[in-house]
Amino acid sequence: MSLKIIKAGVLDTIQDLGRYGFQYLGINPGGAMDRFAAQVVNMLVGNASCEAVVELHFPSSIFLFEQETMIAVGGADFSATINGEDIPLWQPVIIAKNSILQFEKWKKGARCYLAIREKLAIQKWLGSYCTNIKATTGGFNGRAFQKNDEISLKERNEYKCFLKDKDFVILPWQADIGWKETPIDRIAVVPGNEWELLTKESRKKIFRDFFVIGSLADRMGYRLQGTLIAKQNCELVSSIVSFGTIQLLPNGELIVLMADHQTAGGYPRIAYVASAHLPLLAQKQPGDKIRFRFTNQEHAEELLFLQQQHLLQLQDACKFRLEEFYNTVHGGH
Amino acid sequence: MENSASYKIHFINDSAVAIDFGNVIDREINAKVITLFNYLTQHPIEGMIEAIPAYSSVAIYFDIPLLRKKISSHKKVYEWIQNKLNQLMLTEFAGLQTIPDLIRIPVCYDNDFAIDLPWIAEQKSLTGEEIIHLHSSRQYHVYMLGFLPGFSYMGEVDQRIVVPRKPEPQSILAGSVGIAGKQTGIYPLNSPGGWQIIGRTPLKMFDQNKAEPCLLKAGDSVEFYSITKDEFENYQSGSA
Repeated sequence: MSLKIIKAGVLDTIQDLGRYGFQYLGINPGGAMDRFAAQVVNMLVGNASCEAVVELHFPSSIFLFEQETMIAVGGADFSATINGEDIPLWQPVIIAKNSILQFEKWKKGARCYLAIREKLAIQKWLGSYCTNIKATTGGFNGRAFQKNDEISLKERNEYKCFLKDKDFVILPWQADIGWKETPIDRIAVVPGNEWELLTKESRKKIFRDFFVIGSLADRMGYRLQGTLIAKQNCELVSSIVSFGTIQLLPNGELIVLMADHQTAGGYPRIAYVASAHLPLLAQKQPGDKIRFRFTNQEHAEELLFLQQQHLLQLQDACKFRLEEFYNTVHGGH
Repeated sequence: MENSASYKIHFINDSAVAIDFGNVIDREINAKVITLFNYLTQHPIEGMIEAIPAYSSVAIYFDIPLLRKKISSHKKVYEWIQNKLNQLMLTEFAGLQTIPDLIRIPVCYDNDFAIDLPWIAEQKSLTGEEIIHLHSSRQYHVYMLGFLPGFSYMGEVDQRIVVPRKPEPQSILAGSVGIAGKQTGIYPLNSPGGWQIIGRTPLKMFDQNKAEPCLLKAGDSVEFYSITKDEFENYQSGSA
């Protein structure tokens, strides 16, 4: 019994919260671009937040579930359907055997996450499930899903008493992702070690102007349209960079390094994105406009802490709701 | 203290810090980096996720939510980290340097693999044999790994074979040995790359199936020795 790929999407891979501990070997952490969404969908189905999820880009794969499962989708809105009928984002859904999950129309965002309570039966590589496409390892065969791939599920659960004869049942609670929907169009960034290399005008411009995500925007990094100027050309020896590092390229363009960034780089690190705002950035795609706002280390840390608190509360709430749900149904027999 | 004047602490993001010894490629500074990295690996700081050595800096990733729970609430984690690292830098690392492992790497400098050797020969008015001899007759130091899993930045090559990177990256096959500036390195995977290619090793620089997936690590010493194309092919089919 497994999850079958009936039709492959453009880039659907298995991800988790990243592979840490091996950057000294040049092995980058990778992991989900929108780690907030990846954690929330896992929590919704009662999984640990570090469990493997599927990261989907649009057009996405079409999935056949050969067994009864509980799933949740969240992140970008690609109009998910089960057997042609809409299912909501951020809600657990129990689906019957041989149901088809499909993503019919792009509505919003760049990356959608699928969590499965029965869990994908794949091996960890160096402590993580995430796919390293460049090294063709991790995840499912180290690559994106292809047509006819079959991935076994680890567990089997009996959902007959919930489903009765229906194709699917949407459980009646939804994760509160409020903080993400607030009008923080402005992505908080902290000046980096080479900030002073920018001219005074460029330093103003970065917080004043819009930047447009360029056509070169993928899991490795986003090129931004709109140039900044350096005071002087600067040769830097390679040093460590991270998810969210903003580098100034020799042509004056900015690049924000994303989940599949290299471990080291030699361009000036003029700033970095507050990690709590990386999920916002992860849902942007070519053509989207973004604005930055200035913050400092202290506030970036506070944002991260608040997000963490929010996730912990969600986790407790999800656990409570699932337990309550099971008890009510079983109690009614 | 000699240490205190010679480093700077700055944040790479809200969860990672660099201890930076200056923007240079220098054996002594890199030796400091590697000693500090080895020390941190053996004596991890509270809340540390990993440490990563670069040419002249060591980056350290921290578990911020964990540290936030552990330290008193009125104190910011980043301040705690800064203090902790300043304390750490008072440690006397001088005696902790280890003898580097020496790894000998076979390279086939045959024209079929050494796609940029003729160009270098022309630029530098050297014969192919002279370039091969210069490249394979000294010991290199592995400064750091980066760019790709297992990609090693080694130096320095003989002044006579220092060549610039290519203006545009080309696709390069795994095992290719290249030169860029004073550096030499080996591509562990098929990848786009801009280094000038002078040969290929039959060794697997990166093997995902091994517990230690990369053949080299920062701090190693490396020697190249020339092999024929026959030896290269036998190496691939035969020995491990």
